[in-house]
Amino acid sequence: MKREETVNFFAEEAKKNFSKVAENAQKIIAEIQNSEKKKLNYIETFDGGSVLAQLKELEKWDENKKKKAKLFGVPITVKDCICVKGMESKAGSRILKGYKPLFDATVIEKARKEGAIIVAKTTQDEFGFGTFSTNTEKVPKNPFDNERSCGGSSGGAAGFTSHTKNFHIALGQSTGGSIACPASFCGATGITPTYGLVSRYGLIDYANSMDKIGSIGRNVDDAALLLETIAGKDEKDSTTLDAGFVVNEGAIRKVALVTDFFENCDEKVQKATMAKIKKLKEFFEIEEVSLPLNVKYALAAYYIIATGEASTNLAKLSGLRYGVQGNVEGKHFDEYFSEIRSANFTDEAKRRIILGTFARMSGYRDAYYLKAMKVRTKLINEFKKAFLKYDLLLNPTMPVVAPKFSEIEKLTPLQNYAMDLCTVPANLAGLPHISCNAGFVGGLPVGLMATAPHLKERNLVSFGKVMEIE
Amino acid sequence: MAKVEVTKELIRRVAQNAHLNLSEQELEKFAPQIKEIILDSFDRLDEIDAADEKPSFQPVEMQNVFRKDGPKKCLTQEEALGNAKKELKEKGYFKGPKVL
Repeated sequence: MKREETVNFFAEEAKKNFSKVAENAQKIIAEIQNSEKKKLNYIETFDGGSVLAQLKELEKWDENKKKKAKLFGVPITVKDCICVKGMESKAGSRILKGYKPLFDATVIEKARKEGAIIVAKTTQDEFGFGTFSTNTEKVPKNPFDNERSCGGSSGGAAGFTSHTKNFHIALGQSTGGSIACPASFCGATGITPTYGLVSRYGLIDYANSMDKIGSIGRNVDDAALLLETIAGKDEKDSTTLDAGFVVNEGAIRKVALVTDFFENCDEKVQKATMAKIKKLKEFFEIEEVSLPLNVKYALAAYYIIATGEASTNLAKLSGLRYGVQGNVEGKHFDEYFSEIRSANFTDEAKRRIILGTFARMSGYRDAYYLKAMKVRTKLINEFKKAFLKYDLLLNPTMPVVAPKFSEIEKLTPLQNYAMDLCTVPANLAGLPHISCNAGFVGGLPVGLMATAPHLKERNLVSFGKVMEIE
Repeated sequence: MAKVEVTKELIRRVAQNAHLNLSEQELEKFAPQIKEIILDSFDRLDEIDAADEKPSFQPVEMQNVFRKDGPKKCLTQEEALGNAKKELKEKGYFKGPKVL
């Protein structure tokens, strides 16, 4: 990666010459409009007027303020589930149509302070419920082949990152792999931080104990830079850790390929992964490790916990106060709530609400929900044991390359969930991970994922740097 | 432990609990899908003994978190009502369906 191609370089140049900010922003606007015309569907909401207003504001910044700004003039797109003041924020769901938050999420507030321009909201699966961004009205198309998926659930974020030729970084969000998966399918770099490193204040929840806001960029420098600006303790989110993140590289001695995950991947994906690993051996000592409990039980534990938490979070959506609202006259509240919810959730949201409500119901709670929480402890401990020996664990991000929409239609929900096999374990354990492009199969990107111990994001940066060496 | 039999009736009851009305068509579609997920995935956890483990409600260990509890700037009543449609607010309050 040439330094001139990084957002960091652009921001420094932009401080000296404001016309670069305006020029880059105009190009991004043109790309957004063009991608919309071609129905590539990366963008959920775009407000050109707001971009121009932000440009005007930035132009007034004095030298002192500029000097410290890490994202001066940098366009940022935002996954739809992250609240932006005054901009429709509906997490890809019909039930939140029209909702305009009265406040910025903490990550947005932080990015603005660093001089970022908030340009648009990006498309996603409804509430993050999906692996292919198909569980929503506006389905993003893969930039490498428009008949294929961008991955999910941060599909629009990765799709646009890969689509644009200009300086830009995307804010994504992951619960079970929603940053790594689309980054892999779209050939971008996605970083999902340790659970609690980044504030969730202003994030429309999916599953509170697993949701993480992270970044997607064209290269590791860009993704890491955005992460640096949004990380840190936040009084408004009591689950944030007393930690921050400064872009630097960690010392990596030993790395291991997780064989169980690797064996469950498509042969072509295995081949591309092995070719890249061979190259990585010039930089790291690479061994093999097995995580037998995670490969067998992580998906089940994840889907019980995720649907359990989602079903409680979604209980507040009842057609009152914000979002879709109907006619309450003459209706009992049970009837009204049920009507609104039944008419506005997608099939996948309904399935997850039913699964999660079931797993928490009296009589089943101990057997499913509580058991899953205990199994999670075992799965985290299995990772911790592996990290006594290794600084990073590697696996293909996804078991396949981006599938065609016609192939996705044929999957049962359970087959669909099984696609998350390699990304779910790290997410369930709150471990930071990165997905980088490892090559191409038939013109489609293949991602390699590295997972580090809690709060060792710097190991991911070292890995990303080596991945970018030709 | 003895597990449940996943029937259409159970799914209808769970859905009602969660304020979802399912059409007959939806029930036909969801029932086998949900049955497959519960039996082939969720029930897999029966194989693993975790009785002695502490549940991980968070993936990263956390202590009690405290903050000062004092008055702060908050939304005005008008702002708070900003996202409600005209028919669903009255005299500075949200208006909802009847409860009793």
